[in-house]
Amino acid sequence: MNSKTIFEKSQENRVGIKLPPLDVDTSPILPEYLRRKAKAKLPELSEFDVIRHFTNLSSKNFSIDKNFYPLGSCTMKYNPKIIEKIASLEGFSSLHPHLITNDEEDSVQGALEVIDDLQNYLCEITGMEAFTTTPQAGAHGEMLGMMLIDSYHKEKNNKQKKYVIIPDSSHGTNPATVTMIGYKVITIKSDENGYMDFEEFKKKMNDEVAAVMLTVPNTLGIFNKKIKDLCDIAHEYDALMYYDGANMNAILGVVRPGDIGFDVMHINVHKTFATPHGGGGPGSGPVGVNHKLKEFLPDLGIYKKDDKYFFNKNMENSIGKISPFFGNYGISLRAIAYMKILGKEGMQNASKKAVLNANYILARLKPYFDVPYDMICMHECVLSAKSLKKKYEVSAMDIAKYLIDFNLHAPTVYFPLTVPEAIMIEPTETENKQSIDEFCDKMIEAVKLAETNPKEFLNYPKTLGVCRPDDTRAIKELDVRSIH
Amino acid sequence: MPYTAHTPSEVKEMLEVIGLQSEDELFSPIPNEAKAKAFDIPDGLDEWSAFDSFKELSKKNKVDKICFMGGGYYDHIIPSAVDALAGRSEFYTAYTPYQAEASQGTLQALYEYQSLACELSGMEISNASLYDGGTALAEAALMSVRITRRNKILIDGGVNPEYIKIIKTYLSFRDIEFEVIENIKDSSDIEKLKSKIDENIASYIFQNPNFFGSVQDFSEIVDILHSHKALAVMSSYPISLGILQDGGSLDVDIFCADGQSLGNYLNFGGPSFGMLATKQKYIRDVPGRIIGKTLDKNNKEMFVLTMQAREQHIRRHRATSNICTNQNLLALRATIFLSMLGKNGLVDMANMNYQKSEYLKSELSKIDGIDIYNDNPTFNEFIISTPKLATKLIDELNKKDFLLGVNMSKIYDGFDNKVLIATTEKRTKKEIDSLVNAIREVL
Repeated sequence: MNSKTIFEKSQENRVGIKLPPLDVDTSPILPEYLRRKAKAKLPELSEFDVIRHFTNLSSKNFSIDKNFYPLGSCTMKYNPKIIEKIASLEGFSSLHPHLITNDEEDSVQGALEVIDDLQNYLCEITGMEAFTTTPQAGAHGEMLGMMLIDSYHKEKNNKQKKYVIIPDSSHGTNPATVTMIGYKVITIKSDENGYMDFEEFKKKMNDEVAAVMLTVPNTLGIFNKKIKDLCDIAHEYDALMYYDGANMNAILGVVRPGDIGFDVMHINVHKTFATPHGGGGPGSGPVGVNHKLKEFLPDLGIYKKDDKYFFNKNMENSIGKISPFFGNYGISLRAIAYMKILGKEGMQNASKKAVLNANYILARLKPYFDVPYDMICMHECVLSAKSLKKKYEVSAMDIAKYLIDFNLHAPTVYFPLTVPEAIMIEPTETENKQSIDEFCDKMIEAVKLAETNPKEFLNYPKTLGVCRPDDTRAIKELDVRSIH
Repeated sequence: MPYTAHTPSEVKEMLEVIGLQSEDELFSPIPNEAKAKAFDIPDGLDEWSAFDSFKELSKKNKVDKICFMGGGYYDHIIPSAVDALAGRSEFYTAYTPYQAEASQGTLQALYEYQSLACELSGMEISNASLYDGGTALAEAALMSVRITRRNKILIDGGVNPEYIKIIKTYLSFRDIEFEVIENIKDSSDIEKLKSKIDENIASYIFQNPNFFGSVQDFSEIVDILHSHKALAVMSSYPISLGILQDGGSLDVDIFCADGQSLGNYLNFGGPSFGMLATKQKYIRDVPGRIIGKTLDKNNKEMFVLTMQAREQHIRRHRATSNICTNQNLLALRATIFLSMLGKNGLVDMANMNYQKSEYLKSELSKIDGIDIYNDNPTFNEFIISTPKLATKLIDELNKKDFLLGVNMSKIYDGFDNKVLIATTEKRTKKEIDSLVNAIREVL
């Protein structure tokens, strides 16, 4: 397969953009000592060269529009096309952020209504009291959440608080965030049902615990039955409950974190509310809080008076800013557009079908794979290739590489870390029964292949042009840029 | 409008396979005490009603004025090809490239992005992008603390004030000391800065051109920093690098920039993306994704996520950062944009920004009462002082359909009559002349 880089296609003095004319009288150039010595070696191509290069590159990608994409924990659902049409409206996309600096509210009423609408929808969906759209991704939301928690304890002079409890099945961003804000992590192992071990939790819970971070349903796709008890116990010690909303897609209209007693949460709107993942961003991770933390929210808010929106810039106890202006406003816009189109029934239906699809996959594949936690799952199910590995030396990664050869994106593998040879499958609600059946059939074929010809797996994928990268070489002979 | 495909008979069939009677039973693991107490959401809309209502809403935003506003966010050209390519669903609806063989398009494009970022910045290596220019600088500050194991950061008063606020927040929650060295007018306070640099300083963060539009030579400061084994962190404006000194030739240690100007819309401030490039020796301390080239089992070249041992999904609480996403789609747009612009195009575009801004500057300085505030040379924006309060002047120009610029009185004390005005390659002589006339009329 041709993997020539854009630099290798460059031809000297070829031009891809005709700039607008330089129609003013020219002035002397800047003094020598301020100027760049050598030109940046950007490639030189025509517009069409660039079109062809990137169109060809795009054809080397799997994407949700083209492929079943059951990456567990990533919620790869269909992104309706109307959302992009709305987001492309010039009135939204061409708005300058320093209108906020200038306090020119009159010029941005539409944008502020978008933000207000989104915050109101999110409050209703989650049962929290207030939201901010400023975090630019889920992990950024977690970071803000921890900052708010820290501010709360400082305000209350809770000096002894230094730990955050996290179950071992959590996303890696949770412990990384906790460390970033200067707290220490207490990891609690999962019990035989996949819940955070309740007895262990009670043992570790004390006055030094600042917060408990939970993903609900967790990364095993399991809903913790004792969730209310966990909240109550934590609150006895004035520890705050953090809800990682990465998996909200399972429980729209069924569970609201605020109602259970969570104090702060983030929601990855790019997952649950169908904004495009773009190959890994942009995302947006709005944070919701209850009354305990409201005063600490980032210091750009909005309020409405006599049907007009205003900026709120004087928030005395605010933690400050974590992003410019209102964060990834363009993603907020996409999220609220999707929410309004889906509506109440649409959202409830989305969660129902997401959970139905996941359980159907679990039921179909149960006879063929190890199932670490055999119970009704939520929006995703976790299987294990432990026996296949033991009997035939066929790993979860081998299964993944087999699937992609049939235009099915692989599930997430080797996560959660608590499950050996984990295969984490999240089909989402937008997949129909036929594509799910096709996926299940292929998973079963993989097991049959393991039983009959396990060595064959090493040759997969066969049809994608490349097969099995040498990751060690990538590090040892580091090549992270083109030298030309 | 539901985007699900299940027919009633399919639902029944699927439930039978699962062994349940109804969809409600799927939620039986959830105890009643955890169930939602309310869910008062309006009914859904068809796409045409939704579009109409959002179109109405978009009209409440005023975007039809001639834009001279900058301050880190600029009204630059965006070729149609950028929208067309980045809008391809193969790019648009893919996820983080975890399965390399199924993501070679995204991976190669990001490798090319990293290469372009290195060329542009003059640095040795680049990550695959961060959230935006401000958070990139905050990450660079943390990175400098990791590298030097020192705990104090100096921030130049000319750094974008929005960025300074972000850096302050990031640092204050980690108990890292910081001090903003206030400017003398539009210039960095070099003498004060020199007196502050010692063996406790992890890094000094500066911006060129600074938020006042001024271009300065930081090479002396970089040398002083290095003589104290402190790092130089530079915040830059990518388009200016067509003609202005790059990070590499200044020998800075970490280069950051916001990528909005490289083919991205203003988006009311986000999404944009952040650039972070540095020296090869610091690669293990870099936050965010890095793409590398390697060979597959048949010795064919391919691209992969690499150096992942830094990252949260492997190292958890020992990771260099909690960052998971990059701003891939925006970085992709920049990659396409820079590929089209090319070596000479970048220089021409930068020069055009400079020339048009100089023209506006000279025309404005002909008006009685208007002073150019900058003592330093400028790139494509500068500050004017006028006899009118900035707020009033901006408002009056607004009525004449000009977005005059950033109201500096909202940010700095003593700037009551100062406005930051930017000119890009998109502004024509006619537009510039009409702005000058409009200002003349209201003064």
